[in-house]
Amino acid sequence: MRNRIILFIIGFFIWMLLVWSLDIQHAVIGIFVAAMVAFLTGDMFTKRLHYFAHPVRYFWFLYYVPLFIWECAKANIESTYKVIHPDVPIKPGIVKIKTSLKSDAGLTFLANTLTLKPGTMTIDIDRENGFLYVHWADVASQDVEESTRMLSRRFERILARVFE
Amino acid sequence: MNEFMGLSFIMIGLVFDFFGCLGLVRFPDIYNRLHSSIKCVTMGTCSILFGLFLCKGFTPAGIKALLCILFLLLTSPVSAHVLARSAHKSGVKLWEGSVCDKYAEDKEKDAIS
Repeated sequence: MRNRIILFIIGFFIWMLLVWSLDIQHAVIGIFVAAMVAFLTGDMFTKRLHYFAHPVRYFWFLYYVPLFIWECAKANIESTYKVIHPDVPIKPGIVKIKTSLKSDAGLTFLANTLTLKPGTMTIDIDRENGFLYVHWADVASQDVEESTRMLSRRFERILARVFE
Repeated sequence: MNEFMGLSFIMIGLVFDFFGCLGLVRFPDIYNRLHSSIKCVTMGTCSILFGLFLCKGFTPAGIKALLCILFLLLTSPVSAHVLARSAHKSGVKLWEGSVCDKYAEDKEKDAIS
């Protein structure tokens, strides 16, 4: 029940941002829509609600966002360079990296970060053994440990502090 | 001033979108094409939307643009992952110049055991 209430509050907040006007008609419609969404999808929402009450997690998330945007910008420059170079300089391959994250949100954020990072794109996740299969545009190492260190170690530490 | 900043963000976004689409033609196989399209087009579109926010300020259109950035950043990597995974599962080969394919090796191992 409590996760439905939190989902209702988040949904209502996003609705009010979307209409961006504080009058009663929009608010009433928003209450109905948010209640319906919360009723239908409440059991897909996170089970560990006490995480919302930890301020340290928000702090680490705020540290993660600028780092992520910086990596995205670098990825753009690098990808543009590869496109306009006369003989496209790529050396692609699918490598395997290890992860210690367990939660759904943590794995999703790690995979999304790897996809928008320079040169890598997540293809599949093996949850039982904790492996990610990553398509890498210029493979520097095929070893599991080595490629883990080069690709995901830095973000994994931050995301473990946010979501685990 | 805000309008100038917004228009320059829109220009940067258009340039990156163009190079992302050029990558679709230049790269050899589906995985590399996804690389270029996902990275350049996601950030290019985010940049266009951010420029729209700077032009419009805190109006309904501006706030909607900010929310679109959030949803785009959350959903477009997932779509790339789904496209790449389904391509690999349905047997699309990697480019001949590819170095290794650990995913196919592991799938073969699973099929044998």
